[in-house]
Amino acid sequence: MIGQAAHSVAWLAKGVGVMANGFKKQSTKTARRVAVSYSYLAPTLVLMLIFLVVPIVMVIGYTFFDNVIVNKNPVFVGIKNYVSVLSDKSFWPAVGHTLYFVIISLIAHLLIGMVFALILNTRYLNYKTKALFRVLFALPWMFTASVIAIVWRMMMDPSGVLNYFLLTFHLADSKVLFLASRDLALFSVTLINIWSGYPFYMISILAGLQGVSTDLYEAAALDGANAPRTFFYITLPTIKPILVSLMMLDFIWTLQQFALIWMTTGGGPVNASEMVSTYIYKYAFTKYEYSMASTAAVILLIACTIIGIFYVRHQRSEA
Amino acid sequence: MRRKGFKKTMAMGLAGMMTVGLAACGGGTSESGSTQTSEAAAATEEAATEEAVSTEASSDVTLEFQQWWGVELPEGALDEICNEFTNQTGIKIETLSNPYADTKTQIAAGAAAGTMADVVGLDGSWVYDFAKQGAIANLTELMGNAGYDDSQLSDQIKFESNTYMIPVVNFAYPLYVNMDILKEAGVSEIPTTWSEFLDAAQKITDNTDAAAYFIPLNTEAPNGIQNQLSSWVWASGGNLLKDGQPNLSGNDTIAETVDLFKEMYEKGYLSPGIEALKEQDMVNEFENGRLAFMVDGISHLTTIKTESSDINFEFSTVPVKDGYTGQSGMDVANWGIGIAENCEHKEEAWQFVEYLMSPEVNAKLAQLANAFPGNSKAEPDYSSNDALFQKAYDIFQTGYAINEFTGAPTSEDLMRSFNEQFVLYIDGDVDSASSMLDAVQEAWIPAFSK
Repeated sequence: MIGQAAHSVAWLAKGVGVMANGFKKQSTKTARRVAVSYSYLAPTLVLMLIFLVVPIVMVIGYTFFDNVIVNKNPVFVGIKNYVSVLSDKSFWPAVGHTLYFVIISLIAHLLIGMVFALILNTRYLNYKTKALFRVLFALPWMFTASVIAIVWRMMMDPSGVLNYFLLTFHLADSKVLFLASRDLALFSVTLINIWSGYPFYMISILAGLQGVSTDLYEAAALDGANAPRTFFYITLPTIKPILVSLMMLDFIWTLQQFALIWMTTGGGPVNASEMVSTYIYKYAFTKYEYSMASTAAVILLIACTIIGIFYVRHQRSEA
Repeated sequence: MRRKGFKKTMAMGLAGMMTVGLAACGGGTSESGSTQTSEAAAATEEAATEEAVSTEASSDVTLEFQQWWGVELPEGALDEICNEFTNQTGIKIETLSNPYADTKTQIAAGAAAGTMADVVGLDGSWVYDFAKQGAIANLTELMGNAGYDDSQLSDQIKFESNTYMIPVVNFAYPLYVNMDILKEAGVSEIPTTWSEFLDAAQKITDNTDAAAYFIPLNTEAPNGIQNQLSSWVWASGGNLLKDGQPNLSGNDTIAETVDLFKEMYEKGYLSPGIEALKEQDMVNEFENGRLAFMVDGISHLTTIKTESSDINFEFSTVPVKDGYTGQSGMDVANWGIGIAENCEHKEEAWQFVEYLMSPEVNAKLAQLANAFPGNSKAEPDYSSNDALFQKAYDIFQTGYAINEFTGAPTSEDLMRSFNEQFVLYIDGDVDSASSMLDAVQEAWIPAFSK
């Protein structure tokens, strides 16, 4: 009996051993597979760590010191910089200008991009005409910010072509100071940004329009839907995912626009076209107050992150 | 469970790598610490070494010389000057020449990281910040150690009473005058006082399509306050600073200058749209014959002569306040030189600075750069330069060189705050020049009190 039991125990132990070995082998295999997967990801992860995570962590760290880089012995000041930036009398006007700039740009980009995309997608134009207009409409997208700034500064100059046009056709009594007037500067830089940014919408919407099934339009035509109804009930809902993605990306990009503003008005006259981006630049590179600049940059980062979260969620829900 | 463990391991690994990365960033301190030890040992050794041996040892020394001058001088000219120094002393010079903007970025990065080149070309507006940061060496000490007679230097840029930059060559800012516009307007002589200038400006506005004067006020590059406005203050013997502190409140000369400009603005003597225009726009307007007067650097002389050979222009002094009979200050920009605090061969670096500032070499540099020498004993031969250049030099010698923004803290920001208040004043948002200057003074004080 005892011998039998002992045999049973031995058999059981052997069975457990075999099972354990099996599990061990399986887990080693799984671990190896995971390790191989992560090793493929490692170069990207390392690069992201060096170029994305470390700088962001460092900039966030800077915000808690009195000043960094130019100060050999920075002193920890907690959230004092955040209080200073948020109570700075020139910060909130910069936020207001940025919101105006972003919202107007966004709406105009969408409308102009949509109209041009619809024109380019129509069946009433032949192939050659469409190709010509595609190039013409997409042209602003090809220029760098510095070229755009130079061209528009020359056009908006008091002796430039726009004023010549306005005065020749008696559309203005005197020269219009597009960039030099405190009342017009913000509007003018927004106009330049609209011009430079709509082709991205146009090209993306055009791609979306070309993907809409013709069956839907045919069915709508059979049902007697007119052009506006077709647009609002078929075209718009079909390309809605593209539009939402475009607007979220454009919001983040326009929020960060710096080069165009800096090279046209520099945020002036006085602070008439000051944006959060130029505000940060001035703190960092003319006042050398890197902690304050980092603080404003982190506030901008938080705003972009919130939009980014909405963007990712939207993408997931679409998937 | 196992996946969680793996995630934990990965997270720890990443954290470890970050720590290593950060430690590597900070590693420079301990390294420089050991460098300092070896520097001290080397210094002791050097002191004990005989002069002959020292000369032999210096042949092993190579100094990095970072600047933007090499790009702006005739090709190979700077290397030739440096090679001559090597021939004389055995100290090798490795020139690192890049355009101005790149040099500024690289020097600023070097200052932050403690890896600045041994000898650096400096702009006066950078000095305060680099000196405060401890990135550039105290030249007063080095001059003292070398027994150098600094009375021959035309200027020295100081921080807390010690010299940190020496201007090697100066670029003066005279008044450019388009003689054809003056003739068309019926102005027979170049104005030398404010009232004469206003009369001439009125005639130019009445009889020509040109603007009389230009002050660029774009906030991106607010140097119009320095070169096109403050130059008028300095010409009439005024000052923006007193004992190194802002002196704007209650300063009559500045208030009168600001009022003069407001009058010019209101009467339409200034080019339209100046609030968004830059110095380059001013030069373009002058080159295109749409501007009668401008205060600009002589460095633009060759460009204007080349690009607009049909323009008939002259140099003159900036007009002075009526009744002012004292000497006039002339706005200057300069190529300055300094030594990095992290330089391991400061003695040799100073030898190089002294060589560049010697009357002969300094005169040669000035002649090549179309500039005026930083050594008052230097006598450049300008016979091969443009005749107008010689005239500018004669004008320069009648007054004194001045630029109060050079060596001032965050000088660009000082100009920008002045610019903003000035625009508010000429637009009528501020009721008087004194109120405007009070506001500028208030904006400037924090920068000087840090």
